[in-house]
Amino acid sequence: MNFFSSIFRELTEKPWLAQSAETLDQELIEYQPGSPGKTGLKFFIAVVSVIFFLFSVTYLSRSQYADFQALGGEPWSPLYQPLWLWANTGWLLLASLSLHFAVGQVSEDKLNRLLGLLTLSVIFSLLFIFGQWVVWQQLSQQGFVINSNPANSYFYMLTAIHGLHLLGGLFALVRVLIIFSRKVKLDILQRSLVLCAWYWHYLWLLWLFIFALLTASPSTYNTIAAWCGL
Amino acid sequence: MNYTAIVDQPDESHHPTSFMAKYIWSQDHKVIAIQYSITALFVGLVALALSAMMRLQLGFPDSFSFIDPSSYLQFVTMHGMIMVIYLLTALLLGGFGNYLIPLMVGARDMVFPYLNMLSYWTYLLSVIVLLASFFVPGGPTGAGWTLYPPQTILPGTPGNDGGIILMLVSLAIFIVAFTMGGLNYVTTILQARARGMTLMRMPLTIWGIFTATILGLLAFPALLVSAIMMMLDKLVGTSFFMPAILSLGEPLNYTGGSPVLFQHLFWFFGHPEVYIVALPAFGMVSDVIATHARKNIFGYRMMVWAIVAIGGLSFVVWAHHMYVSGMNPYFGFFFATTTLIIAIPTALKVYNWSLTLWRGNIHMTVPMMFAIGFIFTFTHGGLTGLFLGNVVVDLPLSDTYFVVAHFHMVMGVSPIMVLFAAIYHWFPKVTGRFLHTGLGKFHFWMTFVGTYSIYLPMHYLGFLGVPRRYFAMGPTEFIPESAQSLNASITISALIVGVVQLIFLFNIIWSTFKGKKSGPNPWNATTLEWQTEYTPPRHGNWGGKIPVVYRWAYDYSVPGVKADFIPQNVSPQEVEMMDDKGGA
Ligand code: HEM
Ligand SMILES: [Cu+2]
Repeated sequence: MNFFSSIFRELTEKPWLAQSAETLDQELIEYQPGSPGKTGLKFFIAVVSVIFFLFSVTYLSRSQYADFQALGGEPWSPLYQPLWLWANTGWLLLASLSLHFAVGQVSEDKLNRLLGLLTLSVIFSLLFIFGQWVVWQQLSQQGFVINSNPANSYFYMLTAIHGLHLLGGLFALVRVLIIFSRKVKLDILQRSLVLCAWYWHYLWLLWLFIFALLTASPSTYNTIAAWCGL
Repeated sequence: MNYTAIVDQPDESHHPTSFMAKYIWSQDHKVIAIQYSITALFVGLVALALSAMMRLQLGFPDSFSFIDPSSYLQFVTMHGMIMVIYLLTALLLGGFGNYLIPLMVGARDMVFPYLNMLSYWTYLLSVIVLLASFFVPGGPTGAGWTLYPPQTILPGTPGNDGGIILMLVSLAIFIVAFTMGGLNYVTTILQARARGMTLMRMPLTIWGIFTATILGLLAFPALLVSAIMMMLDKLVGTSFFMPAILSLGEPLNYTGGSPVLFQHLFWFFGHPEVYIVALPAFGMVSDVIATHARKNIFGYRMMVWAIVAIGGLSFVVWAHHMYVSGMNPYFGFFFATTTLIIAIPTALKVYNWSLTLWRGNIHMTVPMMFAIGFIFTFTHGGLTGLFLGNVVVDLPLSDTYFVVAHFHMVMGVSPIMVLFAAIYHWFPKVTGRFLHTGLGKFHFWMTFVGTYSIYLPMHYLGFLGVPRRYFAMGPTEFIPESAQSLNASITISALIVGVVQLIFLFNIIWSTFKGKKSGPNPWNATTLEWQTEYTPPRHGNWGGKIPVVYRWAYDYSVPGVKADFIPQNVSPQEVEMMDDKGGA
C-alpha cells in the first residue's frame, strides 16, 4: 500500500508550481542514491516470468486439442510418480539454500566456509541439470520424444529453457567470483551474492511451477483451461 | 547570468584512452548510442531500397526482370520487419534512449555500462544474421512480417528453409539485445536520477522512453515465445502451431496445432510494439515543440498520465489485428471497444501539442517543422485507425491498401518525422555543430509533401479493393485501369522521397565536419543535456559535479523572469528577474 500511495503522491505532484526553499532543501536531504542491482534483477525476473507465463497460457490452450496426451496424472503415464524430478527439485533447493547461507558468510575470517558453500551450490546446480538430462534420456528411451506429442514438446522445451536460465545464472556467479578474486571488496561481493541468491530462489520457485504444470493430470489442466475460458 | 553554473574541476581520471576502448568496445552510453544509430540507419537504408524495388514493380509491372513474385514477397517481408524492429525500435531506444537517458536525468552513464555494451554487440549480431538470410539458398523469408504459420514454414513460401530459420534466430538475438538494453534504461531512470530530479520533473522524452521500454520488456517475450515454438515446429517437427495439413498433395507429420494461437502471441507483441515505437516519439516531439515554441508543454501531468494509460491499454487491444481470423463476435466487440478507448488518451496528447503551439513564440526551425509535420501525419493515421478499429469497417478493408496507408501514416511516417525532428534538434549536442538549415528545410518539405503523395492515394486504392502483398493486380474486373496510373505516380513520389533521404545523409556527414558551430545550448533549452560542461559531453558527462535539479523541464517564458527560459539546474536564488525600469 505504501508503495502505491507514494507512487500516487509523486504522480499527482504539480511540478510547475514554484517550490519554497524549504521543500527544495528537504528534497535534497531525503535524496538517496538507488540500488541498481536489485531493481535490474527485479525487472529481469519480471521478464522471465512473462516468458513462462506466456508458455503456460499456450500450454493450456494447446491442451484442449484432441491430440494432447498429458505426461502425468494417470498410473500409466510416464511421469505418474516422477522420482527423478522430485530428486532434481531437491538438488535445486539445496543449491538455492547453500547460496542463501553463503551470503551470511561474507567476512574476512569466514572466507573458507564461504568458498565451500559456493562450491556446493555450483555442484548442486550441476546435479540438477544432469538430473534433468537423465529424465530426458528416460523419456526418449520409452518413446516419448519431442515431436511425438505436444505434451512431450512442452516438457522438453520448458525444461530446456529453464535449464538455460540456470546456466546463465552459473555464468554470472562464476563471473562474480572471478572479479572478486582480482580485487577484494567484500561489500561488493556481498551485494552480488545477494542478487545471485535471489535469482536461485526464483529459479527454484519457477521450477516448482513448471513441474506442476507439466505433470498436471488432464482433469486439473482442463479445469484451469475452463476457468480461463479456453 | 550564468546558466551553465556547474563548472567544476573536470574529472579526467577514468577516461579510456586507446582508440579501441574509446570507440569500439566502448561502455560510454554516448558512443553506444552512436553505434546503435549508425547501424540502425544502415539497415534502414536497406529497407528503403527494398521499398523502392517493390514500388518499381507496382508502378511499372513487368518492366524489371530482377523482381519476380517470390522476390517481391521477400522484399515486402524484409522491408516490414527491418523498418519496425531493426530500424525504429533500435534507433528510438538503442540510439536516442541511450544518448538521452543519462544526460536528461543527470547521471554519469547507464547503471550497467558493460551490459549496455553487450547490448549493442548483440544487436549488431542480430542484424548480421538477418542480412545473412539474403545470401542463403532460397533467400530470405517471404512470409510477410507477421510470419503467420502454417504457410511461413511450408514449401511454396519463399525462403521457407534457411530464410525463416535465420529470421527467427535473428529475432531471438534481437530480443536478448533489447532486454539487456531495456534493463539498463529502466534501472537508470529509476535509480540514477540526479538530486532533485523527481519523477514529475522528468522531461516527457524520458517518460516516453521509460514507458516504451517497460512495454518492450513485457511484450518482446511474446515474440520470443512464438519464435521458439515456430522454430521447433520447423526444425524438429513439433506441432505447436502446425495443424494436420497436406502440402503439395502429401500429408505432413504435423498433428492438430493451432495457427490462431500464433496470431494471438504475435499480436500480443505486435500491438504494444506500435507503442514501443510511438511513445518515445511522443515524448521527444513534446520536448521539441515546447522548446521551439518557447512555452511550457500544455498539461504536463495529463501528458504523463496519458503515456502511462496508453502503455497499459496497449496490452488489451491486440486482437483488433485478427478480426478476420474467425473470432467470436463478442470478442471482436470487446477489442473494438478497447481500441476506441485507447484513442482517448492519444487524442488528448494531440490536443495538448496543438495547445502548446497556440500563441506560442514559434521558431520555425527545422526540428519544429518536422514536429508540426508529425502532428499532421499522426492525426491522419490515427483517424483511419478509428475506422479500422471497428469490426464492420475492418472486414472489407482488411488486407487492402487502406491498411497499408493507415499503418504507414501512423507508425511509418509519424515516428520517422519525430526521428528527423530529434536528429536536427540534438545533433548540435552530439557533434557541437548544426545540421545545414537550408538542406534541412528542403528535406522537410520534400519528405512531408512526398509522403502525402505516396500514402494519400493508397487509401483510395484500398477502397477500390486493391489487395496488400500482391505482386501484381492481374486482370481484376473491379479495379479500374486508372488504378495503375495512380500506382505509377505513387512510385515516382516514393523514388523522389527515397533520393531526398540521401541528401539528408549527406547533410549529416557534411555537417559533422563542416557544419556551423552551435555552442552548448543553441536552442536555449531547459533540460539537463544542454547544460553539460563540454559539447559534445565527455566521458562521465558532468565533469566534477553532478547537477542538482530545482525545477521541471518546462520553465519557458516564465513571467517576470529576464530570460525566456530557466534551465532545470538553476536554483531559485540564481534566477535573474526583470528589472522594473527596463521592462520588456
Ligand atoms: C518511403 C518510405 C516507404 C515506402 C515507399 C514503403 C512502401 C511499402 C510497400 C510498397 C509495402 C508493401 C505493400 C504490399 O505489397 O503489401 C510496404 C509494406 C510495409 N511497410 Fe513500408 N514503406 C516505406 C516506409 C516504411 C516505414 C518507415 C515503415 C515502419 C514502420 C514501414 C513498414 C512497413 C510494414 C510493416 C509493411 C508490411 C509488410 C508486410 O506486409 O509484411 N514502411 N511498404
Ligand atoms: Cu494494433
